[in-house]
Amino acid sequence: MFQGQMARRSIPILKQLFTSPSSHLTPTRSVTYMPRPGDGAPRPVTLIPGDAIGPLVTGAVEQVMQAMHAPVYFERYEVHGDMKRVPQEVIDSIKKNKVCLKGGLATPMGGGVSSLNVQLRKELDLYASLVNCFNLPGLPTRHENVDIVVIRENTEGEYSGLEHEVVPGVVESLKVITKFCSERIAKYAFEYAYLNNRKKVTAVHKANIMKLADGLFLESCREVATKYPGIKYNEIIVDNCCMQLVSKPEQFDVMVTPNLYGNLVANTAAGIAGGTGVMPGGNVGADHAVFEQGASAGNVGNEKLVAQKTANPVALLLSSAMMLRHLQFPSFADRLETAVKRVILDGKYRTKDLGGTSTTQEVVDAVIAALD
Amino acid sequence: MATHLLRRRVSQILSQAIPCPTSPLSVGRAFSSATAPIRATLFPGDGIGPEIAESVKQVFRGAEVPIEWEEHYVGDQIDPRTQSFLTWESLESVRKNRVGLKGPMATPIGKGHRSLNLTLRKELNLYANVRPCYSLPGYKTRYDDVNLITIRENTEGEYSGLEHQVVRGVVESLKIITRQASLRVAEYAFHYAKTHGRERVSAIHKANIMQKTDGLFLKCCREVAEKYPEITYEEVVIDNCCMMLVKNPALFDVLVMPNLYGDIISDLCAGLIGGLGLTPSCNIGEGGIALAEAVHGSAPDIAGKVNLQIYL
Repeated sequence: MFQGQMARRSIPILKQLFTSPSSHLTPTRSVTYMPRPGDGAPRPVTLIPGDAIGPLVTGAVEQVMQAMHAPVYFERYEVHGDMKRVPQEVIDSIKKNKVCLKGGLATPMGGGVSSLNVQLRKELDLYASLVNCFNLPGLPTRHENVDIVVIRENTEGEYSGLEHEVVPGVVESLKVITKFCSERIAKYAFEYAYLNNRKKVTAVHKANIMKLADGLFLESCREVATKYPGIKYNEIIVDNCCMQLVSKPEQFDVMVTPNLYGNLVANTAAGIAGGTGVMPGGNVGADHAVFEQGASAGNVGNEKLVAQKTANPVALLLSSAMMLRHLQFPSFADRLETAVKRVILDGKYRTKDLGGTSTTQEVVDAVIAALD
Repeated sequence: MATHLLRRRVSQILSQAIPCPTSPLSVGRAFSSATAPIRATLFPGDGIGPEIAESVKQVFRGAEVPIEWEEHYVGDQIDPRTQSFLTWESLESVRKNRVGLKGPMATPIGKGHRSLNLTLRKELNLYANVRPCYSLPGYKTRYDDVNLITIRENTEGEYSGLEHQVVRGVVESLKIITRQASLRVAEYAFHYAKTHGRERVSAIHKANIMQKTDGLFLKCCREVAEKYPEITYEEVVIDNCCMMLVKNPALFDVLVMPNLYGDIISDLCAGLIGGLGLTPSCNIGEGGIALAEAVHGSAPDIAGKVNLQIYL
């Protein structure tokens, strides 16, 4: 009888051990990463807090980095969306540090000021924008098995900014597609797929209507595809693509797109996987990398979010994990990612866009507590 | 569903005094005193088109809808008057009858002439494409509360077809936005919202990047919005719109947009309710022409086993 009581008392403990939610999120190390001597020296990273919720979420990243004692220190520069240009000192700093973390810059609508996000990308020739959309365990969404990386050409296409008024009441906008840019984005997409063990690359286009422009883009993609015979390649028209994304997103793996379609596809994919508040992303070029919230970098939230301090820091935290990997600090990146995923899985601290009621600071504190 | 739109249009033509009926039965009763049946043009189209057209005719006969169909087929030779396979007679018939139903038409590839759909659009000046998207009770998708209409400008924008190669390896494509076309589609959108009791119209744009073009579109929408103070008007950037649509489609009511965004968003909404096989669509032209159509293609591979929902 005594044994029976012991058995009965141990059942809840055993249950907890076997069903502990964070047990499968403990990173296990099999083979260690061997750094070079001196790799641990702190690296400078340019930090642009940005507008509206920008300072809130970049502040979150700074706090978490400090808690982890990560070997990065931030050089902070104030840039706001209504400035005419990005200040030269900021550009110089990014060129020196090669890595930047940024909050969103809001562009005033139709105000004659060109978007600073786009300007920064063009100046530094950050030609690839990458958004990783995946289901976070513990976050309920309508779609399962989503793991899509959208690689978007970042410098030309519809965002060339070449518009003029022909006669009053008739406006033309030029969409420019060049072989040079299409080829390098296709190369980046296939290289990414190769290095990250991805099986399929899908090119998104509208070449049935824009035969020359998107036709040129497709030609470049096809040429590069022949050099990677191990990776499957297919093409899909953008409207069909959006429809498939909302019904069967598991068929997509890596998607490569020109500028405008990439914006839409990235936002749609981010929406089905949980929202732009949680998807990480960045812009990369041959020499520099700028990490920011995955999709919709120009969306800096409204005054209510700022006033109530309920912006979602998860996207920028995961983007900074990407940044840590880029800087070759994989162990810190893993710890940060695991902590964030644990917090999402627990479900106690979630901001409003994920259906919870926490403030940014509460989520940050939870992430710091979940760090091991 | 396309014929539901068609019936509404037909009743409008018959008598302006009778308000838009909301049920097919009342349409039937309103018509029972009509003197002559309505003539409508029917383009059965290719592939699965003829089967679907046959089924539509059967259903209409069964429901005793007083429509007399004038069938026109796509010829196999180019008519010099229209520069395409559609004959002048077909187009004249639509202009005369002012209502039509079009099946899917396959454009032969590589023949060097313009597509059939494009011909219809340009010749009949079909400036607005209306696509209502309702969650169908009984067909479960991941989204249950979709109830929105997308209205897309159909003639200009990114689909002007004006492209050229500047030098080898550099291609330019022109996106044209005009005040006239934007005003026209905005007027139609607000008029539609008003007559169908819709409360909100959202203009979708990317004016933070394409400031002059989408800026002009937005200016026109704002002007028209002032004439309809009872309808809420808002502007949404397209990337936010995409995200909101996949997270919570109930946020939107009537969407009005330029050509390319309209194409993508309307297909996205079709995906939300279950696919192209379930989506009706209607093209509105100058002078009150309405050409309802199937949005899917001619699907020659499945001719013989076909989904009829969208025609009914």
